[in-house]
Amino acid sequence: MFATIINKAIVQGIPLLYGSTGEIITEKSGNLNLGIPGIMYMGGIAGVMGAYFYEKSVAVPSPVWCIIIPLIASLIGSALLALIYSFLTISLRANQNVTGLALTTFGVGFGDFFGGSLTKIFGEGGNLSVKVTADYYKTTLPFADDLGAFGKIFFSYGFLVYLAIIIALISAWVLKKTRVGLHLRAVGENPATADAAGINVTKYKYLATVIGGAIAGLGGFYFIMDYTGGSWTNGGFGDRGWLAIALVIFALWKPNLGIIGSVIFGGLYIAYAYISGLSRSASAIFNMLPYVVTILVLIITSIRSKKENQPPASLGLAYFREER
Amino acid sequence: MAEAAIELRNITKTFGSVVANKNVCITANKNEILSILGENGSGKTTLMNMISGIYFPDEGQIFINGEEVVIRSPKDAFKYKIGMIHQHFKLVDVFTAAENIILGLEDEDGYDLKKSVEKVREIGERYGFTIDPEKKIYEMSVSEKQTVEIIRVLYRGADILILDEPTAVLTPQETQKLFAVLRRMRDDGKTIIIITHKLHEVLSLSDRVSVLRKGEYIGTVKTAETDENKLTEMMVGKKVSLNIERDEPKDCVDRLNVQNINCINREGVTVLSNVSFTARSGEILGIAGIAGSGQRELLEAIAGLQKLSNGSIMYLDPKTGETENLRDKTPMEIRDMGVRLSFVPEDRLGMGLVGNMDIVDNMMLRSYRKGKTVFLERKAPKDLAEEIISRLEVVTPDANTPVRRLSGGNVQKVLVGREIAAAPTVLMAAYPVRGLDINSSYTIYNLLNEQKRKGVAVIFVGEDLDVLLELCDKIIVLSAGKISGVVDARTTTKEEVGLLMTKSQEVEENE
Repeated sequence: MFATIINKAIVQGIPLLYGSTGEIITEKSGNLNLGIPGIMYMGGIAGVMGAYFYEKSVAVPSPVWCIIIPLIASLIGSALLALIYSFLTISLRANQNVTGLALTTFGVGFGDFFGGSLTKIFGEGGNLSVKVTADYYKTTLPFADDLGAFGKIFFSYGFLVYLAIIIALISAWVLKKTRVGLHLRAVGENPATADAAGINVTKYKYLATVIGGAIAGLGGFYFIMDYTGGSWTNGGFGDRGWLAIALVIFALWKPNLGIIGSVIFGGLYIAYAYISGLSRSASAIFNMLPYVVTILVLIITSIRSKKENQPPASLGLAYFREER
Repeated sequence: MAEAAIELRNITKTFGSVVANKNVCITANKNEILSILGENGSGKTTLMNMISGIYFPDEGQIFINGEEVVIRSPKDAFKYKIGMIHQHFKLVDVFTAAENIILGLEDEDGYDLKKSVEKVREIGERYGFTIDPEKKIYEMSVSEKQTVEIIRVLYRGADILILDEPTAVLTPQETQKLFAVLRRMRDDGKTIIIITHKLHEVLSLSDRVSVLRKGEYIGTVKTAETDENKLTEMMVGKKVSLNIERDEPKDCVDRLNVQNINCINREGVTVLSNVSFTARSGEILGIAGIAGSGQRELLEAIAGLQKLSNGSIMYLDPKTGETENLRDKTPMEIRDMGVRLSFVPEDRLGMGLVGNMDIVDNMMLRSYRKGKTVFLERKAPKDLAEEIISRLEVVTPDANTPVRRLSGGNVQKVLVGREIAAAPTVLMAAYPVRGLDINSSYTIYNLLNEQKRKGVAVIFVGEDLDVLLELCDKIIVLSAGKISGVVDARTTTKEEVGLLMTKSQEVEENE
């Protein structure tokens, strides 16, 4: 029972972990990308489309290409959306909130349109499903089942789960321990200072936003390929994109805390299923728990007002060197 | 002939239609401290920003050690061993000193914070700085932050150091310490360029002085061969009387009686403790102190914007002759009684004016309640705006220009002018000349004096001790939220006030 809950919590938490790691990297550069929910949607649909076209084009899909093609398609799709965001907010200095929200609307719309109509466009009908590819993604370590509860908690996942944790750990290490991380944090805290110190602010902002977007997109990709087993449902991804942004706050802008946070959020997200006798409306209230926890974290950190736990100081602000 | 470290030839820079620098030629030698002197808006900072790669000149050439160079970015400037210490510190608050110092560097031997910390300590010892490389910036005093800035450029091996108004935020003692360090650097073979508009500093520190006026290069003189009057003449183009007029106070009555007020801020720090004083009509009361000693809280308390834990602020209303406690009043009631506050914060726009609104609208912020209909009446505020523009010589295309687009000095004139126009009985002016050039400063002094003659109780918070001593009748000195002394401005000395400013702090540190 316990192992099952942990297992489910982790599975639920991974999309959030990808999303929050991507958003943390983005926000550390001072860009508040509210387009993350749309980008995660895009990461999902782009991956599915990649898999769909590959499965259609060959008679017997090879495992290697089944892994590589959708993965690359997903990365490109979400990176492109993040690139649009970067161009608008960094080069054209458009308002970050407006741009982000527009991208979320766009990404969700794009996903729902192609997710709902791709099979019809090719005259097949039925739901969009890439089961062959998804099965490769769901492949777990062979010895997981032999290890009982331990195996269930630690080894019963597809490789995207481990990738999420590895990316989060690497991000945490880069941010904290490397020169690149120091420079990136400086850009997000005080771009004028970073600029005066000879750091290429525009480059860092672009790279952080695009890389962050690509990582976040993997969250949507994981959700489709592993969690739902390759079948697309419009709106199936739900509010996970916003939860990922809430997780950024919960994790105090630290990707390593995001790992723990994602499991907690995942657990809270499915808690209703383990409490018997809940009505539909009561379970909806349970779905709010992650947000309630986020608000609590916000209240606590605001009261303690420790400078290190605050968002990057110039988050949400455009930077223009010769502004007087 | 001394060896030129850096030479600027015919540098021109424009921002839109504004000419910030026009054909400027300046040379700084090795082993030399060169002052760049000029009023506000004379283009000193813009010029130095071009050397440090923040801006790029429209025309002209820059030579370093005799060779022509192109500086397109701060990185290029580092390459030519130029380091700039900005007026507004460019530091990341949540980083440590060492992290800030190595920011932007690309060492071949990788990222090693421990080694950097060691190197910072070494530099500190060499030039006589006191610094803790692992202290976070937000825990530092202004002078410590400046030290971090200076070490940062030294860490990069800078040979040419540019300091933009380095003493603006320092106490007299800290200034002396800084000057000693600068002299040591000069003797070490560095070139120091210091931007300032404080004449006495120019004279005491620099070897030569280059003067800019309204973006144009006026000339360079040896400090030893000049004096304050000559420099002022070069700087402003016409002779400015250095004496601020001061009338004997007449018909003084107690107007504001502050008794034992205490104030604790949101972080739980006591910012005012047992402050008591009396402000009298027809007198200018000066408040001296290092920045952040409680000046702001004190004025805000009187204006009703700050909650006090105890004490009273008794106000004698000249119209009714009654005495009332301002602590029981709302800020609006206090204002309507004639107590006016004009506070000029460091960024000049932070309090009192709305940057995106024009001058007329900013006048209306104080008077919109006077309208009789639901629609705004623009006539009166427009007249007031026009009057302030002409009387205070505000440089603006017209009264409908957003305040944000005016230069700092002109913004201040608008702010102070508006408060004075309300015919106050108590006028509190905090830093009204902050960053202003000499001419504009005198305009403000005259306005304050005029109010004094009208029988207004003027409270003047200033940072320049010379001005406080010449303008005020009485000076109270704040130090760490306490009154450390009350002196007669006519008989006291700068040293006495300077000592009072730092006195009780030192006592606390010893405890």
